[in-house]
Amino acid sequence: MAEFSLPKNSKVQPGKTWPKPSGKNLKYFKIYRWNPDDGQNPHIDTYTLDMDKCGPMVLDALIKIKNEQDPTLTFRRSCREGICGSCAMNIDGTNTLACLKSCEDVKGDVKIYPLPHMPVIKDLVPDLTRFYAQHRAIEPWLKTVTPQPQAEWRQYPEDRKKLDGLYECILCACCSTSCPSYWWNGDRYLGPAALLQAYRWLIDSRDEGTGERLDNLEDPFRLYRCHTIMNCAKTCPKGLSPAKAIAEIKKMMVERRV
Amino acid sequence: MADTRNAGRPLSPHLQIYRGGLTMLMSIVHRITGVALYAGTLLLVWWLTAAATSDQNFDMVQAVFGSWLGRLVLFGFTWALIHHTLGGIRHLVWDVGHGFALKDVEMSARLTLAASVILTIIVWAVALGVS
Repeated sequence: MAEFSLPKNSKVQPGKTWPKPSGKNLKYFKIYRWNPDDGQNPHIDTYTLDMDKCGPMVLDALIKIKNEQDPTLTFRRSCREGICGSCAMNIDGTNTLACLKSCEDVKGDVKIYPLPHMPVIKDLVPDLTRFYAQHRAIEPWLKTVTPQPQAEWRQYPEDRKKLDGLYECILCACCSTSCPSYWWNGDRYLGPAALLQAYRWLIDSRDEGTGERLDNLEDPFRLYRCHTIMNCAKTCPKGLSPAKAIAEIKKMMVERRV
Repeated sequence: MADTRNAGRPLSPHLQIYRGGLTMLMSIVHRITGVALYAGTLLLVWWLTAAATSDQNFDMVQAVFGSWLGRLVLFGFTWALIHHTLGGIRHLVWDVGHGFALKDVEMSARLTLAASVILTIIVWAVALGVS
């Protein structure tokens, strides 16, 4: 049964307001903090930055805060250009990559939380263990029975085109953690990211495991907990549509029966 | 996949902070109207049972449904039925793989909502005009 409210140890409390820098173009950042070592509940700290002295993206702001105000602020980041997926977090109410989200696009204070409905390791760092296990569960590799060709597995350009809109997924987990079905049934529902990956292999012209792949998804929870809520497609920082991919899998399920 | 390492860890906020907009709201309303239809169907059964038993029972149920509160509930039932039906059609379109572009999704949400209200009003205008 879905648990709509937060458990006792997860209730968010007001936190501290850090000293303001001087400057005219000030912006406030309200950031979720949780320290595994102090035994306290999560809280929201407020930091202030002079945007005239800060880079444009939310990730620039986070790095500036960490460098100049509070070295304990913890978050993941790597490529700073939207290809690694490390800095996925909830900014201004929706999930996105901090490196692709402009501070200017946020009206008022910038509210930053970790990806929703996930166990928090520290501050903005969620535990993605289950998310990765779900990706593994769809067996994201080429499955073949015909003998290996001399050179590469070949594919017609029009078949290759079918992978567009799917191969770009960077597994940042923005979509899965935006999905209420995944919030309530994340232990049994695979979630939009893993299902988009599943479809990426299902329609690959070179893959010969289609039947067993569909068998693995034919389950009231793994696939069919998708209720087309559409949060996944709306939040994807790469502009992909897991909802559409899931609909295509459901169609394949019907088509193989008729 | 129970994970004991996460036992002491807080769960990050979800429903409390997420901004899903109209599309997420429509999904929630679709679920709520679906549940409301169970209750509405019971009212329908009550009415039919009363009609099948006696004049007295039927008059009583008619009086309940004819009261302002009864009419308000029936109005809500009408809207729930129409909204859920239109939502169902929206889902059917998705099920054949259409209407997934983000602008189409927003558009169909608005259309469904507007049409459900308009159709409910038309149904009641006709019903009140006839009676």
